[in-house]
Amino acid sequence: MLEKIESADPANGPALAVRNLWAGYNGNPVLEAVNFQVDRGDMVGIIGPNGSGKSTLIKTVLGLVKPLRGEVSVLGRNGAPERHLVGYTPQTELVDWDFPVTVFDVALMGRYSRGGLFRRTTKEDREAADASLELVKMFDLRDRLIGELSGGQRRRVLLARAMAHNPELLLLDEPMAGLDATAQHQLLDLLDELRSKGATVVLSTHDLSCVSSRCDKAACLNRRLIAFGKPSEVLNEQVLGETFGTHLLMVHLDGQAYAVQHHTHPDGTAEVDHSDHEHD
Amino acid sequence: MIDFFTEPWEFAFMQRALLAAVFAALVCSVVGVFVVLRGMAFMGDAVAHSSLAGMSVAYFFGGSIFWGAFAWALPASLAITFISRRAQVRLDTAIGIIFASGFAVGIILMSRVNNYTADLFGLLFGNVLGVSWGEVLLIGLVAGGVLLVIIALYKELLFTAYDATMSAASGVPVRFIQYLLPLLVGITTVASLKAVGIVLVLALLVTPAATADLLARRLPRIMAISVVTGFVSTVAGLYLSFHADLPTGPSIVVVATGLFLAAMLFSPSKGVVWQAWRPSSLPVEEAGV
Repeated sequence: MLEKIESADPANGPALAVRNLWAGYNGNPVLEAVNFQVDRGDMVGIIGPNGSGKSTLIKTVLGLVKPLRGEVSVLGRNGAPERHLVGYTPQTELVDWDFPVTVFDVALMGRYSRGGLFRRTTKEDREAADASLELVKMFDLRDRLIGELSGGQRRRVLLARAMAHNPELLLLDEPMAGLDATAQHQLLDLLDELRSKGATVVLSTHDLSCVSSRCDKAACLNRRLIAFGKPSEVLNEQVLGETFGTHLLMVHLDGQAYAVQHHTHPDGTAEVDHSDHEHD
Repeated sequence: MIDFFTEPWEFAFMQRALLAAVFAALVCSVVGVFVVLRGMAFMGDAVAHSSLAGMSVAYFFGGSIFWGAFAWALPASLAITFISRRAQVRLDTAIGIIFASGFAVGIILMSRVNNYTADLFGLLFGNVLGVSWGEVLLIGLVAGGVLLVIIALYKELLFTAYDATMSAASGVPVRFIQYLLPLLVGITTVASLKAVGIVLVLALLVTPAATADLLARRLPRIMAISVVTGFVSTVAGLYLSFHADLPTGPSIVVVATGLFLAAMLFSPSKGVVWQAWRPSSLPVEEAGV
């Protein structure tokens, strides 16, 4: 899978371009005037507090939320993206893990974006689903029910589903949530492997250290895009303070950046650290 | 002994009843799997109860009760979906309103008819022994139509039921599917009214599927077991009804419930009995997630 090695094809434009994007629900904007561009092969981490519009941004790129103003172009194409070029994993809490389907069934669902209604799955679809499970190292568990998996394995299955149709752009909504440090690093290594084969990755996270150590670019979002650029350049006290609406202190340890809440604001509701890892 | 099994089918009304009840049970068992997985049980119940209004109107004016129920059930199931999606009303609230209002209108209309109690009893609890060949054909066609739609759109129904957001992101027309499934539930309910009646149709919709859910792990097998359970309940229920001279609809429901209880107690993986016998292994299994 992912035979396409050539990374930057200027004729096709950047992997993702967001221009003056306003988007939200029922006419109320959550995102205001967001502008940024993701180069092919990059891994971009979107950080921001709860309610900052991370999921809305991802859903707008997917075409699930219509922009109120501005535009999104995916792989050089404006408007709703071609489904099979984009892979997406939702937040794990939004998935029904009691549903009686196997790991293989879920991976196969990733193939449904090819072809319309009434299309039966083919041998090629089943092989692609298996190849995708190999890729995320879940092939051995292909006949397990999804409810029997650990948090890290669940993430991998969702990733296999997103990869099953060989997308060029991967949109991952909070892929690190609920994973322990080992599982997080395994997942990030896997994403690096996919990128080496030409994929572009955009992920949302609460985990600053993951963005600063593993992503090419950081997008600091709090309804507006506070900053966008190399993590080493944009992840500073001022930007993080503005993003999370509270005073944060950056601590650099072993080449990694950590954010520490300096003192608690009376109205500070920001969540920056690993406090949302109680899921699973 | 042979007579016990062959005797009922010497009567034409029993042959018709068997066909009508089996058609209803088959479609209910398949649709019921989605109903159980999506927690739509009371939606089906509401459509059945509210369709009493349509049946009464048809009865009152001497039209076909089946089409009366049909004409009421389709808008009712669409309305429940629409209200729960658009208006600021919770799904169970929308269901409650449509459930009771349709039922109330139906009772008022029926009360204006002369032999009110006897006819109402037939609508509420079914009268499969009185089914005509024309109705058998109609039930068969409707059941077959619903099954064809489910087969044709199986992967879309499965994907949307499992993960609607991802399904939409893959280009599946999720809104269409989200209206279609309640509609299929409504149609299925109406097709089953003759067999078990308004009050008991919920059992035919939910019990075989719930039984199968206890016995199998994967969706295709759950559906297969649900169909077998629905079929066995119907046939056994008809025998019970014939030999013990019991009302047919309730007999079918009692057998189905018996099968469910057996599965709940003795299911190889989820049986209450086995779990009670090896309490020490439970914490280990729970922790091994």
